[in-house]
Amino acid sequence: MQKRSIVPILYIIFLLLPIYWLVAMSFKTTGEILSGFSLFPQTWTLENYRVIFTDPTWYWGYINSILYVSINTVISVIVALPAAYAFSRYSFLGDKHLFFWLLTNRMAPAAVFALPFFQLYSAVGLFDTHIAVALAHCLFNIPLAVWILEGFMGGVPKELDETAYVDGYSFPRFFVVIFIPTIKAGVGVAAFFCFMFSWVELLLAKTLTAVAAKPIAATMTKTASSAGYELGLLAAAGTLTIIPGAIVIYFVRNYIAKGFALGRV
Amino acid sequence: MKTQNNRAWFLVLPVLLLVAFNALIPMMTVVNYSVQETFGDNLFFWEGLGWFEQLLRSDRFHAALGRQFMFTGIILAIEVPLGIAIALSMPRKGFWVPVCLVTMALPMLIPWNVVGAMWNIFTLPDIGLLGYFMNHTLGIDYDMTQNPFAAWVTIIVMDVWHWTSLVVLLSYAGLMSIPDAYYQAAKIDGASPWSVFRFIQLPKLKTVLTIAILLRFMDSFNIYTEPFVLTGGGPGNSTTLLSIDLVKIALGQFDLGPAAAMSLIYFAITLLVSWLFYTLMTKDDAK
Repeated sequence: MQKRSIVPILYIIFLLLPIYWLVAMSFKTTGEILSGFSLFPQTWTLENYRVIFTDPTWYWGYINSILYVSINTVISVIVALPAAYAFSRYSFLGDKHLFFWLLTNRMAPAAVFALPFFQLYSAVGLFDTHIAVALAHCLFNIPLAVWILEGFMGGVPKELDETAYVDGYSFPRFFVVIFIPTIKAGVGVAAFFCFMFSWVELLLAKTLTAVAAKPIAATMTKTASSAGYELGLLAAAGTLTIIPGAIVIYFVRNYIAKGFALGRV
Repeated sequence: MKTQNNRAWFLVLPVLLLVAFNALIPMMTVVNYSVQETFGDNLFFWEGLGWFEQLLRSDRFHAALGRQFMFTGIILAIEVPLGIAIALSMPRKGFWVPVCLVTMALPMLIPWNVVGAMWNIFTLPDIGLLGYFMNHTLGIDYDMTQNPFAAWVTIIVMDVWHWTSLVVLLSYAGLMSIPDAYYQAAKIDGASPWSVFRFIQLPKLKTVLTIAILLRFMDSFNIYTEPFVLTGGGPGNSTTLLSIDLVKIALGQFDLGPAAAMSLIYFAITLLVSWLFYTLMTKDDAK
């Protein structure tokens, strides 16, 4: 054990404390929570989780969230792939301006767009559908996916493309059969980021849904205010929202450091 | 050298259409509102630049903007050095590397309102772990619904908890890309740990740190959900950051004109600062 590993250890403890508290809270009974402080649950209960898994308004929240996040990830990565290829391989009229404009959308505060988004998606009849939230999240996920993929594609030598064309590959066939498998780490990282930002975003998701496509996070907000102070239930729902993220991180764990550098190291 | 090929536009077209649908139409709606006054019932009156003038003179906007810059400044000043320090002391290989990386990435994948709710539960004076510890073990009076200073400390600690890992992961990726030969050369020259950091590690970190600071600036400047869930902007207005104020005006009071004008100024400030920073950081590379 080296002396300097004390810093990451302390940091990880700091990261885990609030998460521990949330998980511990989710296994406590409401009575125990309100009666006072206890470091560990005194009487373990699964009641909070039982409520979530049996009440449709709760578990549909999860299904809704996972649905629109998946749709968004698929759309973002599919349209970003050819665009990133264009930016990394060709120069064309207005390419730099377009790239910069795309990135500016990453800077727009979601609060700015909340109301116009509501009106736009109501006008085209998509309000309260999964596809509306998935499309709205494209605003910040597509630029990010293009940026990440362009970084990874820049690391692939151009000779690969040229050899393939000499061998008689057409562009679409080359792109799907050779190029995408070559940068599959980049595709994984881009998908991870799209998942991440779509999963954690709430303001737009809440604005664009009412009942049918309501995300889990919005169900939580509503329950917290309407059903009084049901902390245990809230904690259980919160704990369950951490799980999909943890699963996704596990899949990209080998690329995570490079991925966060957007392929640019 | 890239090939000149204007047909590459066809590859970009789907992205352009999707983003334009989501960005241009709402943006034009905002511009449209910002120059009009409405009394409901879809009645609109031309207002010109009145909302902008009113806003730029309004104390409420100045106060919210000031709080926003203070928040962003403080979290950058903490997260960037702390992130670099943690990345420097992380293990380079072995079993603990993936464990560290996965645990550190975890906070970033928790929905933002859950982050707020989690910190709320964590800091409740008599029930939360931190709240109980502060009040009953340390004897410090800590209640963020009453005390603005406590509320500020809490939202800053929450943001440090939530996002320092981004700086750590980026810096770590940058450090891992430094070849061992550099360190060996430094050892032969008898370089001190400080000069290794200053002349070998820091220059290599420049690109990733630019990305990290840009992302942290944009996201902390636009922060809404976490402080809103945690403090609701209170006590009083003490933690009402720019986005929280904007949503209050737009959806709470339904003052569309002022809210739209504020949105545009807000967006312009974010753009300007990001552009200035990016230009300064990449100035040397362009030469």
